[in-house]
Amino acid sequence: MTAAQAALPAHGASHGRQHSHAAGLSEHEAHAFSQRIVVGYGFWIFLISDIILFSAFFATYAVLSDNTAGGPAGRDLFDMRLVAIETACLLTSSLFCGLAGIGAQARHSRLFHGAMAITFVLGAAFLAIELHEFADMIEKGAGPTRSGFLSAFFALIGCHGLHVGAGLLWLLTMMAQVVAKGYREDILRRILCFALFWHTLDIIWVGLFSLVYLVGMTA
Amino acid sequence: MSTTTTGSTPRSGNGHGGNGDGVNGRDGGPGAGATDNNIKPAVESRHGDVAPGDEQGADDIGRGVRGYLLGFVLAAGLTAVSFYITRSTLVWAPSIPIALSVLAVAQMGVHLVFFLHMTSGPDNVNNLMALAFGLLIVMLVVFGSLWIMSHLNQNMIPMEKLMQMQR
Repeated sequence: MTAAQAALPAHGASHGRQHSHAAGLSEHEAHAFSQRIVVGYGFWIFLISDIILFSAFFATYAVLSDNTAGGPAGRDLFDMRLVAIETACLLTSSLFCGLAGIGAQARHSRLFHGAMAITFVLGAAFLAIELHEFADMIEKGAGPTRSGFLSAFFALIGCHGLHVGAGLLWLLTMMAQVVAKGYREDILRRILCFALFWHTLDIIWVGLFSLVYLVGMTA
Repeated sequence: MSTTTTGSTPRSGNGHGGNGDGVNGRDGGPGAGATDNNIKPAVESRHGDVAPGDEQGADDIGRGVRGYLLGFVLAAGLTAVSFYITRSTLVWAPSIPIALSVLAVAQMGVHLVFFLHMTSGPDNVNNLMALAFGLLIVMLVVFGSLWIMSHLNQNMIPMEKLMQMQR
């Protein structure tokens, strides 16, 4: 509840509307503006709790990363070329996700749908490369059951991959909702939350490619 | 919530709509109708915050796009440096993990500023405080785990000795 709503004394909702008009904002504007902040902030809190979830997976990986049980270590398994392509895909998709957000705010349909489509293609390419990498490792006998290191690796990278997969579904949903319902305030709020989610996944990937793949290669 | 006193004044009849019914129960009374002035500052104070991910004054498409492009170039540069130093002899080998961590933190900062529009301005205090608390927990979880587990590891009987004892 916002401060203005909390400050309302005995009068009900209709009285509050009159005051919003008096302050130069229509009731609709004032309401939409504050709700965008509240919804965005709530989703930001969720994303921070998601980052904490990833930190727990990462701590597990960091503790177990040397426990290869005689099996392959990171430098025997990681393909730097693929990781570089994955990173480029996700970083570029984050750029286009931002552009899609600008397009939605400006109600510029070509920019919004074009940028969202490119974001989807790049995200799907990232996920396809990751699945290929997983399949390749399992085929070599380096599946999650091989060692503590590999269990933690698959859990950590797989958790990120699941998030990217969910994000791709969400992305398609947002494109469909804009087509079906237009740039309504509630749709724009969902697009804001999606953009926050996608950028956060990219931030998490920065930690993963640096500290899991690159450090694993040099160790 | 408001059902206790709403009967006392006819104007509060639609307080059930959800828009402020939390306060009606306490302040609501026949004499509480003359507080019109305390609404205005509250409405103005709504401008004091910005949603996470929103950039203030970025209604201009060109300006917003330039911000994202600048962030992208910086992030791509930091990524390229990270990949480069793992293969080259530019950085003293034992310190490469530290260098990679520093570069990763720098790139996360670039993402936060240019993609998520985090600033140190007063309109972003709430977003930044939530992030700071999250980072505190992240540090406790990661470094706490590493610290405790390395101590346990050091104090454990070496594996070979354990095997001998089991025989």
